[in-house]
Amino acid sequence: MTRTGAAWPERLLWSAGGVLVMVYALAPVVWILSLSLKRAADLGDRHFLPRSLSLEHYRAVIADAQFPAALWNSIGIASLATLLSVTLGTLAAYAIVRLDFPGRRWVLAGALATAMFPPVAIVGPLFNLWRTLGLFDTWPGLILPYMTFTLPLAIWVLSAYFREIPWELDKAARIDGATPFQAFIRIIVPLAAPGVFTAAILVFIFAWNDFLFAAALTSTDRARTVPAAIAFFTGSSRFELPTQAIAAASVVVTVPVMAVVLAFQRRIVAGLTAGAVKG
Amino acid sequence: MNASRRSERRLGWLLCAPAVAALLLVTAYPILYAGWLSLFRYDLRFPGERAFIGLENYVSILSSEVWWRALGNTLIITVGSVAVELLLGFALALLMHRTLVARRAVRATLLVPYAIITVVAALAWKFAFDPVTGFVNGLLGLDTAWLTQRWSAFFVIIFTEIWKTTPFMALLLLAGLTLVPHDVLQAARVDGAGPWRRLFGITLPLMKSTFMVALLFRSLDAFRIFDTVYVQTRGAQDTGTVSILGYNTLITRLNLGLGSAVAVLIFLCVVLIAVFIVRGFGAPLFARRQRP
Repeated sequence: MTRTGAAWPERLLWSAGGVLVMVYALAPVVWILSLSLKRAADLGDRHFLPRSLSLEHYRAVIADAQFPAALWNSIGIASLATLLSVTLGTLAAYAIVRLDFPGRRWVLAGALATAMFPPVAIVGPLFNLWRTLGLFDTWPGLILPYMTFTLPLAIWVLSAYFREIPWELDKAARIDGATPFQAFIRIIVPLAAPGVFTAAILVFIFAWNDFLFAAALTSTDRARTVPAAIAFFTGSSRFELPTQAIAAASVVVTVPVMAVVLAFQRRIVAGLTAGAVKG
Repeated sequence: MNASRRSERRLGWLLCAPAVAALLLVTAYPILYAGWLSLFRYDLRFPGERAFIGLENYVSILSSEVWWRALGNTLIITVGSVAVELLLGFALALLMHRTLVARRAVRATLLVPYAIITVVAALAWKFAFDPVTGFVNGLLGLDTAWLTQRWSAFFVIIFTEIWKTTPFMALLLLAGLTLVPHDVLQAARVDGAGPWRRLFGITLPLMKSTFMVALLFRSLDAFRIFDTVYVQTRGAQDTGTVSILGYNTLITRLNLGLGSAVAVLIFLCVVLIAVFIVRGFGAPLFARRQRP
């Protein structure tokens, strides 16, 4: 599709556009990195880049009581939510795509409807329920509500991906005497693994990003996740926003996710757009 | 019906059952429970005063200015951000589609805003627009305290939303763009249609359904905006949205009855917007979701 014959002014125009896009996407990241590396004395210098570098804010954040706990909570909760929803989503997506049963379209439509659901609508009832059930400020207390958006996403991405898998192998295995379940485990699972992996990354990012549930359903280091910890970060003084410590914490949580996303960018783009456009 | 069909059917239901049960448990049940709670006077600070009051909560919300202001603010943010995102997203999609140099790198960096935690993005822009720590005023030669006035605060909030979600829009539209058959465009070109003519006569009409899906997704997503507003203004300067109002009533003021009524109203708004977009614009959402 690349038209190699394009004239150089056109080339130049598109390259300039590409550079602009990169500036657009990266500017805030460089900015928060710069904030985290500025010396405390230079905070108000209004410069985009730091004049001299200092790691003091990273040391402060790591020594902080809340942040490492929040990081651990975030990693654990997002991973478990991913594992759970991708497992359930894989089973459902397989059935929707491969098996003929009445109501399969309703499962897909229901998942889509749930994905559009405003989370604030269920925060109140959950708050009340969790207090009575003892789930308030616990890991399961966040993992369960995360299903409202992670499970639809998983079902959606996975069923889009499963549609592309060659049917015949599945059928051939069944003709050879495998039960539908054996066909699922032996044939489809290895073929589906890349799709499952993509769904897992997307689901993880969504769970990792949540702030509303974390803010409403946790109160201490027991289950408070990174977005809530950063938003409620007070630092040593209650009256001054610890801008640079927040910036350092932000860099710490942003860099690993960004590395994963960049490493698997092609799959992520395919996963993000598959369900929505091709369907 | 033969035995193998019956067993396929049973397996289908069996495999879907855990996911469906989980979805019902975590969304259907709480929203019904919210509907139930919304009929009570129920304030956790005064639990003894709990009483059934019918629709009184709804009456007091719908007759209060706070709700309508929050709804207005939410619509300002939704319309403002989605409109710009559609245009900017389409421009980015065209760029990614046509770009010849470093195509992979451009596409990869566009995922960066998507991968950043919303709270972090909101803080990054908040600090950037801050008159003391920020660089924006220095860049523009201004001395504005952006988040202390209503419209400039809206600007920062909408700007942050646009920055964060345009890449998603661009990727969706790009996927639609690649489905436009190349030979049709080529034929039009041979027939003498200029680039604008090809864009408005062929590309855009063929992408209608992609645009509708993108519009629906992003409108509903923008309508429930919470993180950015909470981090940047906490709803001050009259920038609070319906989600902020719901959160404050439920979690900050612990008024479960009134807050649940707000929650139900937000839910109804989302349903209304979805119906409006699907019916009004004819977004072919379910019709196309069949096997190719």
